[in-house]
Order: sequence, then structure tokens, then C-alpha cells
Amino acid sequence: MRVNFTVNGRAEAVDDVWEGESLLYVLRERVGLPGSKNACEQGECGSCTVYLDGTPVCSCLVAAGQVEGRTVRTVEGLATEDGLDPVQEAFVECGAVQCGFCTPGLIVQAHDLIDRVPDPSDAEIREALAGNLCRCTGYEKILDAVRLAASRKAVSS
Amino acid sequence: MKAGTPGAVPIQGGTDVMVEINFDVHRPAALLDLNQVPELFTWERIDGSYRVGAGVPYVQIIAELGHELPGLAQAARTVGSPQIRNRGTVGGNLGAASPAGDSHPPLLAGDAIIEVASAAGTRMIPAHEFYLGVKKSALRPDELIRAFWMKPADGPQYFSKVGTRNAMVIAVCSFAVALHPSERRVGTGIGSAAPTPRRALEAEAFLAESLDWEARMDPEVLRRFGELVAAAASPIDDVRGTADYRRHALAVMARRTLTWAWNDYRKVRAA
Ligand SMILES: Cc1cc2nc3c(=O)[nH]c(=O)nc-3n(C[C@H](O)[C@H](O)[C@H](O)COP(=O)(O)OP(=O)(O)OC[C@H]3O[C@@H](n4cnc5c(N)ncnc54)[C@H](O)[C@@H]3O)c2cc1C
Ligand code: FES
Ligand code: FES
Repeated sequence: MRVNFTVNGRAEAVDDVWEGESLLYVLRERVGLPGSKNACEQGECGSCTVYLDGTPVCSCLVAAGQVEGRTVRTVEGLATEDGLDPVQEAFVECGAVQCGFCTPGLIVQAHDLIDRVPDPSDAEIREALAGNLCRCTGYEKILDAVRLAASRKAVSS
Repeated sequence: MKAGTPGAVPIQGGTDVMVEINFDVHRPAALLDLNQVPELFTWERIDGSYRVGAGVPYVQIIAELGHELPGLAQAARTVGSPQIRNRGTVGGNLGAASPAGDSHPPLLAGDAIIEVASAAGTRMIPAHEFYLGVKKSALRPDELIRAFWMKPADGPQYFSKVGTRNAMVIAVCSFAVALHPSERRVGTGIGSAAPTPRRALEAEAFLAESLDWEARMDPEVLRRFGELVAAAASPIDDVRGTADYRRHALAVMARRTLTWAWNDYRKVRAA
């Protein structure tokens, strides 16, 4: 089947898609957007998190056929011409990235949190990131990065 | 719609269906994408009841129906992770009919009714008649779940779940309680401790008889309630816990949730 959807502001028409393959597979293998990572394919790790019509979801659990006519935003779609998104910058500055496998999903999820809750408490940050696993960092620096990004956003807006 | 595509697997949030496909548990001949049916994403109040579309995700139940359906909203808060709650639905939970599904105990305790539909018409199935066996429900192959109906809480409701950590856990066992003061009745629902979610009928009958709605909770009534809830389960030993542990945990959860609900009820009456 052919699937038409918008990804990071660009219209895509992808052919020869099996309707049961995942959005994650379509993004990585058919659209050339390997930012979203595949680590579990069962919704447990969050490394495949993308926005679907503005809501963060595990792209490994969305069937390709389900994105027909809809809008997807991946980690590749967060940076602008002016540079990295503040969440991305904060992750770099805080050393919240080691192997980097979990990073794209965490950044999308944190991006959504800060959008909804401008000044999140630690409990809110932990809750928002509960579905994103990281094997490397022990999470402390990730929390630092989210706090930093939130505080900068608060200043800039 | 379902009748036109026999063998097609309905998919709503995909949080159960896609895991099976990704792991090649089965490759359905076709998927029936329910995301394309806007009606399923809405809820409304009709004649004093809430009719909630099968495709309303947990996140929306928590945000919009937390006051009216508090037991269900509490259960929804414990499902998976934010990403799972953004996609997963009560309709999918019912479709999967896993004994461990978190929405089942509050649906049972709150006397929910499941609306199912096929080309032949609509059926209204009370939740306690919906669950027939492990992952088996009263849904016929040509039917789809359209909505569930529930009255707004007429008294305090609580849900409790035992798991190995706070997020992302399938329940080892779970329990829901709903006070129905106007009927002098308490509803219950047990999860993950029998082949199907089920009510603790003897425990409910015992409370209907023994509970003094004007008084403080009698510790002996509370103890017996816990015992009867545990006795209503028929748990198994598995990787998540032993049968004995589940029975013990159920008795504890039953006493605890009833105490919370009773305290709320007394507070409201005193105020
Ligand atoms: C990481 C992870 C964590 C999870 N944690 C929990 C948890 O804590 N508690 C819990 O209860 N569940 C949990 N689940 C399971 C799942 O999220 C829930 O069962 C959810 O409610 C399923 O909803 P869905 O819309 O995604 O269903 P889908 O996957 O779309 O469908 C599930 C089943 O229902 C059928 N179906 C769906 N809609 C209909 C309909 N309208 N009519 C008829 N049949 C239908 C499908 O064919 C399928 O058999 C978890 C899943 C994952 C991946
Ligand atoms: S790859 Fe999707 S959640 Fe792990
Ligand atoms: S940095 Fe390696 S998994 Fe998080």
C-alpha cells in the first residue's frame, strides 16, 4: 500500500508498505530518518518516541497504515535553522548523553513535557520520562538537562 | 464494517496488537484501523451516564473524566508509561481481555456496561458478563467494541495494584472498590488473580449485610471482607508472583482500599 503523511513538515508518499509494519520501520528504512532508535519494539524503552499529531508515542507501536494523512515529528525535526532545540543543547551541555541510543526518544519526550509544563517539578520530570530507559547514564544528568532546558525556556518566554 | 473484512484484526492504540506483530506472534491478513472512526474518540453524558468511546486514550480519561470516573482514572494512571497512555485505550484493554488488564477491576466495581456492535445490531453487555476466560470475552468475531457506559461515581472509588516497580508494570494483582451509598452496596473488581477479571461476589454480599453505613468501620467487618476477597480469587503461580502471595496481597489491598473509601465517605458526610 501507499502511505501519505507529513514528517517534519515535509509531505511523504511511501510505496510498497505492508500495513502492519511499524511507523518506526517506515521512518528508519523507507524515509531515511534514522534518528528514532529501535531497541525493543515492544513499547518498553521509549527510544523510538516521536510526535504523532503533536502527541508523543512509541513509533514501534504505530502501524504504518495508521499514519495515513497524519503528521509526524521526529527528533530530526526539532532543530531549526537557528540551531539545536534548547532541549538538545541542554543534553549536550549536561553530559546527558553516553552511548546516545536512548537520547532521541528522551529528547522528544522531554520536549513535550516542557511544552506542556513550563516549570516541571522533579516528580513531574521523573513521571514524564518513566517510559524512557537509559542503560548508561543513571539518569541524574538527564534530569539536570531537563531542568536546564526548562529554566532557559522560562527565561526566554 | 467488521463483517466486510473477516479475519481482519482491529487495531486502536496498537499497544497490544503491534507488540504481537513485531514479535511475529501472528501476522494478521489485514488490519482494521479504528483510528479512522472519529466517533470512537469521543465521550458524552447521556441520561446521567457516561458513554465513553472505545478509542478514548487513557490520557484523556485521566484528564477529562478523573472526577466522574475516579476508579477508572486511577487505574489508567498506572498503565504503562506516558507514551503508552497516550495511545492505549479501554477498548483495546477490553479487546485483549487479559486478566491483568488494569481497566477491568474498576469497570466491574463501577457496574460498567460494554456496548458492542455488528451489522446485526448492538448489544449491551454488563462488564461482569463480558470476561469469559483467559483472553476470551463475550465479543463475537463479527463484533466491535463501540463504547463503555458508566454512571458517575456516587461514592468514593479506589484502585490498587501490586507490581514490581512504580512504572511500566503488568499487575501482579489488582483490586478496585466502589461505594454505592445510595444503594447501601459496595462494588468490587479483582484483576490478575483468576483466569478472568471478576467481582468478589461473596465479599459484596457480606458488606451489603454487615456494613453499618452510619458508623465507623468495624475492624472485624474489614478483616472478613479482606478474607472473602482473597477467597474469591483463583490465582496461579507464575513468574510475577505465587498464588499464596496474590491471595495475601488481595486481602491487604481490599482492606486498604475499603478503608480509604470509607474514610472519604465519612468525611463527606461529616462536612
Ligand atoms: C510497554 C507496555 C506497557 C503496558 N502496560 C500496561 C499496564 O500497565 N496495564 C494494562 O492494563 N495494560 C498495559 N499494556 C497493554 C496495553 O497497553 C493495554 O491493554 C491497552 O489498553 C490496549 O489498548 P490499545 O488501544 O493499544 O489496543 P490495541 O493494541 O489496538 O488492541 C488490543 C486488542 O483489542 C482488540 N481491539 C481494539 N479495539 C477494539 C474494538 N473497538 N473492538 C474490538 N476489538 C478491539 C485488538 O484487535 C486487539 O486484540 C502495556 C503495553 C505496553 C506495550
Ligand atoms: S523501540 Fe519502541 S519503545 Fe523500544
Ligand atoms: S546513553 Fe546509553 S542508553 Fe542512555
